[in-house]
Amino acid sequence: MGGADVDSAGPATPRVVVVGAGPAGVRCAETLVKAGIRPVVVDEGRRSGGQIYRRQPENFTRPYAALYGSEAAKAESIHRTFDSLLEHIDYMPETLIWNIADNHVYTVCGNRQRALAYDALILCTGATDRLMPVKGWQLAGTFSLGGAQVALKSQACAVGSRVVFMGTGALLYLVAAQYAAAGATVAAVLDTSALWRRVAALPKLLAQPRALWKGMLLTASLYRARVPVYFGIRPVAIEGSDDSGVAAVSFRDSMGKTRTLACDAVAMGYHLRPENQLADLARCEFRFDQPTRQWLPLADRDGRSSIDDVYLAGDGARILGADGAEASGELAALAALEDSGARVDSSRMDSLRRKLVKLQRFARGLNQAFPWPAAFAAELVDDTIVCRCEAIRVGELRATLSVTGSREVNRTKAFSRVGMGRCQGRYCGNAAAEIIASDGGVAIEEAGRLRAQAPVKPLPVALEKDS
Amino acid sequence: MRAQASDVIVVGGGIMGSSTAFFLAQRGLSVTLLERDLVGRHASGVNYGGVRRQGRPLYQLPLANRASAIWRRANTLLEAEVEYLQSGHMRVCYRGSDRDAAAMEQYAIDAKEYGLNLEYLEAPELQARFPFLGPEVMAGSLSMEDGHANPRLVAPAFARAAGRLGARVEENIRIVAVEKVADDFRVESADQRQFRAPVLVLATGAWAGELTAQFGEPVPMTSWGPTMAVTEPVSYGIKPSLGVYTAVAKESVYCRQIPRGNIIFGGGYKAPGYPTTGHTRVRPQNTLAQLEEIRRLVPEMGQLNIIRVWSGTEGYMPDGQPVAGPSERVSGLFYAFGFSGSGFQIGPGVGETLAELIATGATPIDLSHYKLSRFSFA
Amino acid sequence: MAGRFQRLGEAGRRSVSIWVDGEPVHALEGDTLMVAMLNHGDHLRRSEFDPSARAGFCLMGACQDCWVRTEEGARLRACSTPVQENMKILTSRLEGTWAELT
Repeated sequence: MGGADVDSAGPATPRVVVVGAGPAGVRCAETLVKAGIRPVVVDEGRRSGGQIYRRQPENFTRPYAALYGSEAAKAESIHRTFDSLLEHIDYMPETLIWNIADNHVYTVCGNRQRALAYDALILCTGATDRLMPVKGWQLAGTFSLGGAQVALKSQACAVGSRVVFMGTGALLYLVAAQYAAAGATVAAVLDTSALWRRVAALPKLLAQPRALWKGMLLTASLYRARVPVYFGIRPVAIEGSDDSGVAAVSFRDSMGKTRTLACDAVAMGYHLRPENQLADLARCEFRFDQPTRQWLPLADRDGRSSIDDVYLAGDGARILGADGAEASGELAALAALEDSGARVDSSRMDSLRRKLVKLQRFARGLNQAFPWPAAFAAELVDDTIVCRCEAIRVGELRATLSVTGSREVNRTKAFSRVGMGRCQGRYCGNAAAEIIASDGGVAIEEAGRLRAQAPVKPLPVALEKDS
Repeated sequence: MRAQASDVIVVGGGIMGSSTAFFLAQRGLSVTLLERDLVGRHASGVNYGGVRRQGRPLYQLPLANRASAIWRRANTLLEAEVEYLQSGHMRVCYRGSDRDAAAMEQYAIDAKEYGLNLEYLEAPELQARFPFLGPEVMAGSLSMEDGHANPRLVAPAFARAAGRLGARVEENIRIVAVEKVADDFRVESADQRQFRAPVLVLATGAWAGELTAQFGEPVPMTSWGPTMAVTEPVSYGIKPSLGVYTAVAKESVYCRQIPRGNIIFGGGYKAPGYPTTGHTRVRPQNTLAQLEEIRRLVPEMGQLNIIRVWSGTEGYMPDGQPVAGPSERVSGLFYAFGFSGSGFQIGPGVGETLAELIATGATPIDLSHYKLSRFSFA
Repeated sequence: MAGRFQRLGEAGRRSVSIWVDGEPVHALEGDTLMVAMLNHGDHLRRSEFDPSARAGFCLMGACQDCWVRTEEGARLRACSTPVQENMKILTSRLEGTWAELT
């Protein structure tokens, strides 16, 4: 059974696999190439750039400034850097790593599977939106905030003709402003965070004055576009019908008054959650991060995980945004080089570390300004779908907790199927843990962490070995 | 510290231990069920969920039949939905394996005497009736009185039902020391809790050897993990649970579809088990081999995606058959382990039989085949 | 049926024709299958477990809400599949043949 179907030729230089071609993966690969290594870069995307600097298809013509606004220069630099690396790396686009075992990553592209041996694995797997369910969020026309942004950035589309942006975080304002600027109708921005929190978070946010300023400009642009912005709201429901999808959003405003806004699309998100299934499959240890109330893979300041040969960078390790991803991608590559015995520029490492410390402070500020609304979980009405994939309702989850006495997410998944569907709990896992904690009367960290299970994403039964 | 006393201590909260505890409690005995992790968390919770009698050695059929009767009333008995579905179970074999087909046909004749009714079918009638079967399938043996259930739910449902009848159920308690002092068994956990009872049942799966050795009865057990997978949901159409009858390990896959639509499959190569950590994982190359074989069994599954794979820690005996019944060395000590990947269906039958034996001193089930002494030790 | 998505530019691309549930749908080269379908209709598929129509969610290959199938039975994740001339897509739930034959 072992070994015969994996390629394990002994190379002269370390075999380094970089997963992801977003800002972290690109800077990581660049650093390795500079050191004379030819890394394999495995990326699920058709084109490099990741989600934040996602590239539009080749035949689209919008200029960088239209696509990336104030971040255009950074996006262009990431894209150009990656293009210049192409002849120095082995690039595997549209390729998923579906499992990891015995220092091999198992890749799949279409129906073709290949196992690649590695001496170092650098995971730059990025993040997806963090979601809190709301009654009706299964209706067609509800999208994640990041999804709404992808529609615009890479496809020049709005997700609806009247879009409500609901949730919290910097991305909420960014995407709403991008929609308004592109000519879409933004029905409203509904922020669950109260305005005073932003003031309280100012000292930390000042760690990145430029980013803070850009955030303020975004908010101003929404006001200029006459987009209604509500702070400190509580979502009540996304209304509509099973057939035709979203028709309205109802919410309680900060004064407690219930309002309903007609719309045909809702873009929802509460900041980000790391994509860390591969770190889990590589058996990395995780720790609970109190400020964000989620589990993160353990990493030292340079990105070394608890497992030798496995390094972590970018938002998949901790959510620091695109600038943090660039810095941590480079730093993780330097750490891997250093561990392999290569000489590395220690002053460069110091400078990257300092940058990350600042970004960490800013991230804490964002988290304070736009907190994850954990308390909403306890208030979800029973007929709210919690797991969209399996269509399991909050009431069913609560009944499972009460009948079985389960107080742990994996156990609860086994009993209730919450988190057992196609997305493997990416979009219900955070909320399910909050419901278990609040209903079960345990601390959120005691509710535990949904373990990743291979395949990281659906895997064709038609899978064949690539010879 | 004073030891907690009861009539019976059951160590191991898998389907064997939890059903034994339930039937004992039903008979009015006081029971303590001790589980090192969570009830049904290991082999009993991660297995395929096949409720299948055919293919078992004929001597097992009385016990398997007893289990069948329990499965049919499980929801009522346990006041819980365990998703038992009597949708049939069929073994099939491929063209070119005439010996397997002959053995299957003979088994169908022999099993009838034990009350297991099997219908032997051959291609092309077989494909006409079950059009999802691949063209290589040559013969099948169908039992309409078997089916499948959700393994994640069953052992916990037994333990909860036992609890409602007064059993004391303790999870996350690792038993490190067992001994018999005069008429009582003394059982001590890693966190120094103590329990005593005149009867002790060890239903400790892959971990059995740690405790039986303390009674001078080591077990020659190995641990393996099944290679399991589940597809995305599709229209419900594969009613019987299916399994390939073959001596070739790679070919030995099985699958079942649940009415929600997902197809669960397993078989082929196994992964080495890790009882120390309890985290036995699927080997990726085994999944790859398994996918080839599942496409041979049901070609249309080649259009689907799998959304999850898993494994678990099962205990295997050298002959692939279980140890169950009274210890031959220590009176009051009972065993139920080593089910070698085939314990799920028979589990409730084992539980009911052990409970009967413990409570009344006798059972109509012949347990002579299940003795540990069939293995000789140097 | 009105389109759920609204195009906001990049209209000068070559057009591509596909079929959705037997109806012709005009798309543009570079569209994802999801964008092509949702500029024409308001959903991609039906949930297996509740009556709701589904139209995708994350658009980045993470949520797996947008799987559709071709008339030949192949499965495609609509948000990460570029549209191709003459694709034939079904949004209904019928699968393979076994369910109809047994």
